[in-house]
Formats: sequence, C-alpha cells, structure tokens
Amino acid sequence: MKTIVKVVVVVAFVLSFAQAEAADMLNGAGATFPYPVYSAWAFDYNKATGVQINYQSIGSGGGIRQITERTVDFGASDAPLPPEQLAKDKLLQFPAVIGGVVPVVNIAGVKPGEMRLDSDAISKIFLGEIKYWDDNKIKSLNPKTKLSHDEITVVHRSDGSGTTAVFTEYLKGVSPDWKTKVGAGTAVQWPVGIGGKGNEGVANYTQRTANSIGYVEFAYAEQNKLTYTLVKNSAGTFVVPSFDSFEDAADTGTFDPQKHFFLWLVNAPGKNSWPIAGATFILLAQEKTDANRNVVKFYDWAFRNGDSKAKELTYVPLPKSLKDKIRAYWKANGLQ
Amino acid sequence: MAVTFKKNPGDIIFSSITAVASCTVIIFIIGILFVLIKESSLAIEKFGVIKFLTSTEWNPVKESFGALTSIYGTIVTTVLSLLMAIPVALGIAIFITEISPNFLKGPIGIAIELLAAIPSIIYGMWGLFTLSPIMSNYVEPFLKKATAGIPLLGALFQGTPMGIDILTASIILSIMIIPFTASIARDAFNLTPAVVKESAYALGATKWEVVKNIVIPYSKLGVFGGILFSLGRALGETMAVAFVLGNNHRIFTSLLDTAATITVTLANEFTEADKDIYLSSLFYLALVLFMMSFIFLAIAKFFLLRAERKYRR
Repeated sequence: MKTIVKVVVVVAFVLSFAQAEAADMLNGAGATFPYPVYSAWAFDYNKATGVQINYQSIGSGGGIRQITERTVDFGASDAPLPPEQLAKDKLLQFPAVIGGVVPVVNIAGVKPGEMRLDSDAISKIFLGEIKYWDDNKIKSLNPKTKLSHDEITVVHRSDGSGTTAVFTEYLKGVSPDWKTKVGAGTAVQWPVGIGGKGNEGVANYTQRTANSIGYVEFAYAEQNKLTYTLVKNSAGTFVVPSFDSFEDAADTGTFDPQKHFFLWLVNAPGKNSWPIAGATFILLAQEKTDANRNVVKFYDWAFRNGDSKAKELTYVPLPKSLKDKIRAYWKANGLQ
Repeated sequence: MAVTFKKNPGDIIFSSITAVASCTVIIFIIGILFVLIKESSLAIEKFGVIKFLTSTEWNPVKESFGALTSIYGTIVTTVLSLLMAIPVALGIAIFITEISPNFLKGPIGIAIELLAAIPSIIYGMWGLFTLSPIMSNYVEPFLKKATAGIPLLGALFQGTPMGIDILTASIILSIMIIPFTASIARDAFNLTPAVVKESAYALGATKWEVVKNIVIPYSKLGVFGGILFSLGRALGETMAVAFVLGNNHRIFTSLLDTAATITVTLANEFTEADKDIYLSSLFYLALVLFMMSFIFLAIAKFFLLRAERKYRR
C-alpha cells in the first residue's frame, strides 16, 4: 500500500512538470533567412518570460508543409501564401521582419555603391542578353566608370530559397521577357550563369570570379562588406541598399489585412524605396487558439522590444504603421 | 522417415535472433522502396516513365520535370571518378603488399583508413575552399592550353575555368572512393598464397611479372568487389559534390561545365520544394537512383557469378 502511494505521488509530481513544460515551449519551423533574428528574439524572450521557442530552419517549403500538417505551432515562410491557399489549409498569416536582395559585383576598380543598374539592365544581364560589361546599356548608366570588354559571369543560387523567390518576383514584375521566359519561384530554370549553394556560395563565387554579378540577402551583403550596386526603383531614384531604403519600402507597401498581408514587397512605390525588398511571414493554424495566442504573445513582445536586436543582426524591423495593422489583425482573429 | 533433433533452447534463440536481424534488413529495403513509390506516384502519373527518363527539362516554375540531365550527370561523375580512383587505389594496394618496406605498411594503412573516415561534408567544404581555387587558377587553364588544338580532347575542356564543374567534382569523388578499393584490394592481394608467389620468383619472374600474372589474377574477384563498393559510394555521394557542381540541369559536353547529379539536385532542392508535384518529382528522382544502384549491383553480381563459374572450371 505504501509503495503504491509513493509511486502515485512521484508520477503526479513528474506529470505536473510535463504539463507546465507543454505551455512553456513553442515549436516553429520554416525559412532559413530569418533564423538568426528569430533565435536571438527567442533567447531574449526566454530570459524575460521563461517561455522557450524552438525554431528549426528547414526552409520555407518545409515550414509551410509542417504547419499545414499541424506538426508545429507556427510556420515561417519567405514567400507569402495567397489568400486562396490560406483559406484552403485554414491558416493565418502575418509578416515578422523585412529583408531583401542586393546585387553584388566583382569588377576591377569598382567600389561598393559605385555601380548603378536599373531593372532593364539587371533583367537583361540575368537573361543572358547583355553579355559584356561595356554594353551600351550599362555604360549609359555609369558614364564615369571605366568598363572593359569583359564577359559577364552571372552567379545565381543552385538551391531553392526565399532569396531567389524575392529576386525573381522583382524580375518578373519589371521584365515581361523574364515573366514569359523564366518566371518566379524559389527555384527557377536560370538561362545563364553558375549556381552557388546558399548566400555563402553566391558570395564566395562572386568574390572569386572576376567580372561577375550575383545576388545575395541584404544582411549578407552588409556583414561581409560586398561590392553592392545601386538600383533604380520605380520612382526613378537610384537607391542605396540601407535600413532607410528598406524601411521606406515596407512603409509604402500596400499590406492588406483582409488578404492576410499577402504582398510581394518588390517594386514598392515609395520615392526612396529599395526595389527588391521582401517580408518574411509567420503562418498559424486557425483552429489552435491556445498555441496561437502564445505565438502572438512572443511576436508582440518582439515587435515592442526586438527592434534594436534585429537591426544589430542587419534585419529591417517592421515600420510602426505595419505593426499597428498586424495588431488589429490579431484582435480581429481572436489571437490577442 | 523424418529424423527429429532435440534443439537446444540457446540454439533456437540464437537462430531466431539472427533470422529476425536478416529479415529486418529486407523489410527496410522494401519499406524504403514502398515509400519512394508512394510519394512519387503523383509525378509518375503526370510524367509517366519513358517521358520522365528522357526529358531534359527541369523547370520548377512551369512544373515540368525530367530526369535525363541528373542521370547523365550521375553516370558521368561516377565513371570519371572510378577511372581516376581505380588505378591509384590498385597502385596503393600493390605498393603496400609487394613493394613497400615493412615499416611503411602500418602508417600508409592507417592513412587510408583515415581518408575513408573523413565525413563527406568535410570533403565538400575542402573542395569548395581549397581545391576549387587551385583548379580554376592552375590546373584547368593548363589543361585547356594543353588540349587546345586536339579535336576530341579539346572539346572536353571548353569553357571558362571556374573550378565549379564536373572535373572538380569527379576529382573530389575519386579521392573519397580510393580508400575503399585500396583496402579491400590490399586484403585480397594478401590472400595470395606465398607459396605460389615464391615459386614464381624462383622461376626468375620480376616483381611486376609476379603482380601481373600471379597476384592480380588470383585476387580478381576480391578487387572487383572493392571496385563495386567504391561504385556504390560514388553513385550516392551527396555533400562532397553539392557545393562544387552548380546544380545546372543540362546535358554537358565539356568537363569544365557546371552540371547536376541526382543526389546534388535532391540536396539542393528538397527543403524548398513548395509544390506537391515538385516534391513528388524529387521522390521520383530518388526512386530512379535507387533503381540505378540496384541495376548496377545486379550487373556486377552477374559478372561475379560468371567469373566464379569460369574459375571453378
């Protein structure tokens, strides 16, 4: 009799911990791009509240799949899901942080921020129609830069990625040729160029190969001090890739809560907007109200306290107007 | 009349455990095959068998997939790496067993085992950061110049040397598979009876004649088994070549072209495959690789059996 009582007490004790554990841990999975900032926020959130967020960067495709199967509490995707797909899989969606793509070059004598390109030049280079650096189009944009008759080596991603998705959406939006010949997606059939694995691969090949051009995540270009180019946006300004130009893009982007914030942030209409910006999104299962409230608590905390950390890691925090829209969306969907 | 034996309980337990162990292997293989077929059923329905195997398109946006480019890349890298690895591996085995002084046998043997133990991702990183620049700055320009005028060979070295191509990938693969053939061949060579070798020496044969006419014919089957092991490894190797191949889906003619193999495609595109048909096509590719390995193994076994039968005569 005594042993049975002891056993029951111990089991109840252990089980009580198990219950507390379940409420104190959230599982998320998805995009690799925001992994550094999500894990930094999770670390600080854990220190502040004791709740543990476990995020696995398995890729946007994996994140979408896992939240659709309801095996995680939240999914993360660089590509926004259209409202029809969200309705079909009963998901909710909101953006968490902003990033974007920066073209980087390796030309002798050209320093970061010296080269100017516009959407026509970039799309023709990546289509393989402009083959040499001294092409008239590039020369007309850069009259003061010395460009020789060197063949352009295009560097793109060999693996599927959100960075490619944002870049190809941009190209699809500015070039009808690109839209019909290649299209947009996390992986596409590139007409020309060599493929590097990951942002590191593209940066590595661009730095090693003379007369090359590639595209990398903004955070990557900043932290590794790569030779970025200026790009002409839809308002006609040659913009420098910086926190300000990305914030301008996020501010002028037409995020619509009715459409679950489905928006490709490329070609944002602002005067100083960076034309190749993109938000990364959080996906929630509609019916899991308890888990959703906890996830929303985490992101609310991050919106209030995580901006400086995000900037430190070279991510662009959401502008206040967008955060207010998101909070209204949360209230409207019973998440807060 | 049947004879019955009283079985020892220990025997029964022992034979059942080993039987279960063997059965689980078969169950795993069947399980993997089953999952591959189930997950690729969508792609099999959409593309069929012949069309998928002969199509050179790999377009995720237009949702049109074909395996020919990946299969071509896999076969070429495997054949090339075997061509480069086998002579070196056999040379190592011959050196260790016949030629080297006794004090060298140990260290070289350990070096080979260490080479086999290096994880493939380390090979991949080493290939990307060390071998690739060497190839693009020294080896490949030299090869290009040396074969410039020659008609067939020159075509093999066309294109800008960038270090990210079939040649670099095959070299990394060949370094990876040398240890397997080398150690198995070494063990096979050691099995040659000393009596036969000594008789040959007594008749005045040189070292090379002994190796060529006595040792190699005697251990042919063992060496072939080692080559088979290396072939299997080269066929399925992923991380070592994922960084230096570029994942470019096309039928290439020059060794300095970027390309794609089945494993490199899977490694690069699996995590971000967002559409069902995309994922299903990747599983279909995996099924194709599974079948390829199976077929290669079957062919090799067939040759082995034929050789054994001839030998027994």
